[in-house]
Amino acid sequence: MSGFDLSAILGNPEYAAMLLHGIEMTFIIYAGSWTLAMALALLLLAVRLSPFRFGDPLVAAYVSYHRNVPTLVQLMLWYFGIFTLMPNGVATWLASHNAEAIFAVIGLGLCQAAYFSEDLRSGVRSVGPGQMEAARALGHGYVSAMRFVIMPQGVRNALPPLINHSVSLFKNSSLAVVIGASELTHAVKEIENLSFRTFEIYLIGTVLYLFFSLVIMSIGAYLSMRADPARSARA
Amino acid sequence: MIHDMIAIVRDYWLLLLIGQYPNGPLGGLANTLILSALSIALAFPISILFATARLSKSPLLRWPVTALVYFTRGVPLLMLILWSYFLVPLLTGADVPSFVTMLTTLVVYQSAFLSEVVRAGIVALGPGQMDAARALGHSYIGAMRYIILPQALYNMIPSILSTFVSTIKDTTLGYVINVPDLTFAASQVNNQLLTQPFQVFLILAIVYFAICWTLTYFANRLERRITRRRAGLLNVSAAVVTPSKIVSEQL
Repeated sequence: MSGFDLSAILGNPEYAAMLLHGIEMTFIIYAGSWTLAMALALLLLAVRLSPFRFGDPLVAAYVSYHRNVPTLVQLMLWYFGIFTLMPNGVATWLASHNAEAIFAVIGLGLCQAAYFSEDLRSGVRSVGPGQMEAARALGHGYVSAMRFVIMPQGVRNALPPLINHSVSLFKNSSLAVVIGASELTHAVKEIENLSFRTFEIYLIGTVLYLFFSLVIMSIGAYLSMRADPARSARA
Repeated sequence: MIHDMIAIVRDYWLLLLIGQYPNGPLGGLANTLILSALSIALAFPISILFATARLSKSPLLRWPVTALVYFTRGVPLLMLILWSYFLVPLLTGADVPSFVTMLTTLVVYQSAFLSEVVRAGIVALGPGQMDAARALGHSYIGAMRYIILPQALYNMIPSILSTFVSTIKDTTLGYVINVPDLTFAASQVNNQLLTQPFQVFLILAIVYFAICWTLTYFANRLERRITRRRAGLLNVSAAVVTPSKIVSEQL
């Protein structure tokens, strides 16, 4: 094998296309699972905050399961386990619609919802009770007080852990390779098998992951900076 | 279905517990626990060095460690495992068992994460402790050794325990390089049975849940105790003090 040569991979149209497809799939899985996770987290938060107590233990159990079982095991349970239990029609439909990616989105999204909902809950909890009382005294209903007074402050408090967990969700999207989704790590391993240029392709894969993680981190840093009330007061 | 699961546990509990041990390498749950305990034990001293390096005034010490921490935070563990799988045999020139490859990766990965935990613990103590120690005649190293670290590390015990939990969860990734751990044993069972994947992986999930939930429970209890002690309220009821779960919740 000859020496270090990045162009052997990047200059090869076949490999470049595989890499691009991998990046695309990684972002589809990431965007899908992030959206699912955030929607579900808001739902779980609403159950937790509602005056009805009977939902609380269910949410607590949900969070506890998803935080204490390794993400990889959750993905395997979905893809190797639950997939086989589904009725035939659903299973064939899924199999012809990229089931690996769909289960990666479901598995990662449900798992991450537990983390997001806990982040949001501690953010909302750190908003003092006086805020709710003041908003109600000013004539807001419960929902409108939540919408305009509590949630904006709560989400702002929850931003740092939400950003951390958004980054780790991006990194966890690489786990989808284990259930066979054709995302970036999958493309890296495929190209390694075809080209035998292990060092070069791992380097490209690592730099890509690092780059996108840093992009997500800096978007997060920008959002927290904008949300900082002390700063917006100065501006 | 519950009968199936009981039957699986009855037939394969030894494989799930210790893998193929006497007749093959140690595996299963025992190997998972040994792997995570070893990697935390090895990562812990390194993380203290990293944390003090990140807090030092010398940019020569600070920059490489900061870069390493950002690198491990930005790259998936799976990618690091693939790197070790490729690099460790290349650098040592020997046929390295996958257990050692996984151990190396986890030590690097977790020492970067733990160093952030330790650093947060040191920063949370406040500069007064260091100033006072220096004023009393301690050198920088002496102050670290006798004043700062004992307090910081004691306060960090719950976070270290949560890092241990996430290490246990991370060992599952060894599956991609065939580390003989609990996940590997479960997929062996699944390959032998072929007909009951859901039951097998549910058992796997339950076992991990039981271990991690118990450890998390103790971490939370310890955290409450330590928060109370730090606030100097050892005899006041727990309800008065809300625990500050900043670091451990981020992990």
